[in-house]
This record gives sequence, structure tokens and C-alpha cells, in this order.
Amino acid sequence: MRLALVLGEVGQGLRRNLSMVVSVVLVTFISLTFVGTAILLQAQITQMKSYWYDRAQVAVYFCTDFSTVGTCNQTAATPEQIAQVEAQLESATLAPFIDAYYFEDREQAFENFQEQFEGNAIASLVTPELMTEAYWVNLVDPTQSQILADALSGLAGVESVVDQRSYLDQIFDILNASSFTAIGIAALMLVAAALLIATTIRLSAFSRRRELGIMRLVGASNRFIQTPFVIEGVVAALIGSILAAGAVVAIVQFFVQGYLSQTLPQTSFVNLDDALLVVPVLLGVGALLAAVSANVAISRYLRV
Amino acid sequence: MIRFDEVTKVYRGTAKPALNSVSLEVLSGEFVFMVGASGSGKSSMLRLVLKEDRPTSGSIHVLGQDLNRISSRKVPYFRRNLGVVFQDFRLLPNKTVFDNVAFTLQVIGKSKGFIHEAVPDVLAMVGLDGKGERFPHELSGGEQQRVAIARAVVNKPAILLADEPTGNLDPTTSMGIMTLLERINANGTTVLMATHDAGIVDRLQRRVVELVGGRVVRDERGGGYVTQAIPHVQPDIVIPAAGPGVTPTPTEGLR
Repeated sequence: MRLALVLGEVGQGLRRNLSMVVSVVLVTFISLTFVGTAILLQAQITQMKSYWYDRAQVAVYFCTDFSTVGTCNQTAATPEQIAQVEAQLESATLAPFIDAYYFEDREQAFENFQEQFEGNAIASLVTPELMTEAYWVNLVDPTQSQILADALSGLAGVESVVDQRSYLDQIFDILNASSFTAIGIAALMLVAAALLIATTIRLSAFSRRRELGIMRLVGASNRFIQTPFVIEGVVAALIGSILAAGAVVAIVQFFVQGYLSQTLPQTSFVNLDDALLVVPVLLGVGALLAAVSANVAISRYLRV
Repeated sequence: MIRFDEVTKVYRGTAKPALNSVSLEVLSGEFVFMVGASGSGKSSMLRLVLKEDRPTSGSIHVLGQDLNRISSRKVPYFRRNLGVVFQDFRLLPNKTVFDNVAFTLQVIGKSKGFIHEAVPDVLAMVGLDGKGERFPHELSGGEQQRVAIARAVVNKPAILLADEPTGNLDPTTSMGIMTLLERINANGTTVLMATHDAGIVDRLQRRVVELVGGRVVRDERGGGYVTQAIPHVQPDIVIPAAGPGVTPTPTEGLR
């Protein structure tokens, strides 16, 4: 009986200011899509970090006839100096941190370079003499590259010790920045959504002020008066949340899995399971946001 | 039933109190008229009884409860013991007569069965038998006020507050409404009615409380709109808000 009455009131409220309800749906839809995208972007970054960091190597570059940095003095590293570095890598102090290492001479470096820059004008300018010899080291724990740098960069014939992760970090910084931008936009949109829900509920309460006045006069409890409005806000926001969830799943299904992973097959991307994990978060945020702002908005009409 | 103890009400932004240290006791089953010019404090008193407002100072007891001590969460339950009727009826235009009355019971959670028994009964009592499916705009003013009264008493309240219930009605219709209110009073409901209608007050000869400028200047049993008793002239009582042309007649000795 009372439930039917409450639901009747909800339906009436939703029908009475349909255009406001539609705007609530759209704003929650867009803001929660941003929230979902930001979450998935963070998941993607974490996933890529763990993938690439594991593959990131530390390069120990040797001097060439042209380099002046490090201990070099425009003389290429001698085979003895190279052997000394290898001895260091095999030594008891460094060996426990090292998973594997290999030597890359000028010819191999040249081939890799030609492969990498195939079709680029620079490829024809480079000769094997210009390439650097290097040890490529895979660490047991990729975060400990500083140990290697400390131990080897002072040795004779070593030009520099470079952790590839420093290149990756720049990429991740950019990705992080974009995900924080998405979070920032999402936060702004959520504020807008909360205010819009509050306004809609106030409007709805205003259009029903006669009923509200009589309800208060005859002693309807506050809970009874506010429940229809809260449900009204939650229903509108939930429709928006469901749309946002659909949009996020669709983005993952058709853009990430359908397009990106076809184009970049060697990179692992967020999949549908990740997207489905985000869905309840979006629905929860939408419902909670609406319930809180509707409650705040209606409380003004309950004051005695 | 209703007791005011030295109640003062000052609305924000005004210096002159709407009620100035009013003390009044209304007993169970009484029928009390509150008379006085506009702005004399009649409506303020009714609002305070309903706990729509809190007094600036003093205490009010209604049905044995101290209104200053009722938490705002409990106010709705307190109000279920009161019925209220207004000059402008305050019916819901999009609901039928039956639904207007039933709405009161629905929102306080009465069962469907109870509603279908109580509403036709009360409509018959106010003389609207068979008009349950009409809409308010299809009824005359007197009939609309009967719907409002039916709504106010359907829950069998102990107290009925009426704020100028005949203010919009012609004298004949007003008398019909008064007959109805007297019948409700005879059934044991305490009635507190604010009015400007001298004819009604004079004819019914009930207790009359007269307010001038927020003070009770007369409290007379079986009185008329203007007192017939010879006023005590008490020059030391100064009534500050007496407007021009109004001669207040403080008759403290007539209680």
C-alpha cells in the first residue's frame, strides 16, 4: 500500500519534470563515463608498467672513438676493458642481482639500427663504426638499476650505464597525466551532476509544494516525505550510470580490444573483465551521488 | 489540553512581538473563538500550537506534551493528533474528494481497508454523501470547506484548529460550517477557531479570547465578538499596538 503510494509519487515526479530528468541522465552518463575511462586508463598503465618494466634492460655502453663523456677520451674501449666489465658482472657482488646479460658488438648494433630505422634517411648515413658496443643486462629486480650504474659507470672504457625504464617513465608520465586529466574532468562533472540532481529535486519538490504542505500538516513522517524524491534522483542517476557502464564496456570491446589490440598486437590491453569490474563502481557512485544530493536538497522542505 | 505560559513570539527582523507574554489554558472539549484584528496574533498562536514555529520565550503544552521538548523527528507524529482547517481550504486540485480525504490516511500509513471504511463515514458526517468522486473545482466553496474539515477530522484528532474557516464563505454557508464544527465539538473534539466573523461569534455564545497587538485583552465565557460586559477601566495597562480607532477593553476581572 505505502510502497505503491511512494512509487506512484516517484513516477509522477519523474514525469512532471522530464526535461530536468533527461539532463540529469545525460550529465551522470558523461561524468561517469569519464570516471570509468579514468579507472580503466589507470588499470592500463599498471598493466603496461608491469609488462614493460619486466622487459626493460640496463645498457652498459662502451666508449667509441668519438665519445667524450664518462671515462672516454675519444678512444674506443679496449677488449681488456670490456673483459673487465664482464668480470664485474660475473663477480659475487653483482651476480645475485643479474638475471641475464649479453654482449652486443658494433655489427649487431648496426643491424638492429638498420632494422629499427628502415626507410628512414638516417639509416643510410650510419656506418658500423659509429655504433656503440654494449652489454645488455636483465636485472632480477628491474628497480635496482642504480646498483649497476654505481658499480660500472666509473670503470675505464665505460661511456654510460642507461636504464631503459627512464625512457618508459616519460611515456607513463604522459599516460598518467592524461588519466589525471580524465579524473579531473570526471570530478568536475560529478560536482555538476550533484548540483543538477539537487536542483531537479528542489524543482520537483517545488512543483509538489501543496502536497508537501498538506503531508507535513497531517503528520506524514519525514522519511515518507523524502523517500519519493530520493528514489526519483537515484532512478535518474542510475539510468545515467547504466548508460555510462554500457559506454565503458563498448569502448573496451570495440575500440581497445577491436581496434587497438589488432593494431598493436604485442601490447596487452585492458579486457572486458576489467571493464565489467568497473561497472558496479559506476553504478554505486551514481546511486550514492544521487541519494546524497537528493537528501540534502529535500531536507530544506522537511525543516519544521 | 492546550496551555500557553507567558509565551512571547518575535519574528526575525521585527521589533514588535507578534505575541507578547500570552498565557492561556484551553480545556478538553472546549470550543474557543479567537478574535482580534489582522496581525493581532491569532494565526501566530495557531502556528505555535501546530509547532510550525517555536516561541521566542515561554512554554506551550499541547496534549500533555511540552512543545519545546519535542524533537523535530517526532513532530509529524505529534501532528497526527491535530486537525487543521484553513480559510483557503488547501485541497489538492488533481485529486477527487475521496482521494483528498484518503491522502491524509495514506501518508500516515493506514491500511486500505481502514481508508475505505473511514473516508465514506466522514464524508457522510460532513454532508458530502455521494460526492466522493467529484473534483474540488466542481464543488461550491462551502462544500470544499466541508472536504477540508472531513480531511482534518478523518483521523479523529483530539484538537481541531480552524484559521478563519468561514472567511471565504457567505453567511448562510458559514452557519452550515459552524453547525458542523459544533457537531464535531459535541463529539469531544476541542475546537480552537480564529475568526473575524462577528455574527458567528455572537450567535454561538462560546468562550471568546480577544487578542490585541499580541496580548490577550479579553477571555470571556459565553461572550460575543464585542464584549457586552462593562469594561474595567485600568489606565495603568497600556496596550502599545492598539491601532487608531480601536478601543481595547481590558477586562481582566471577567475570567
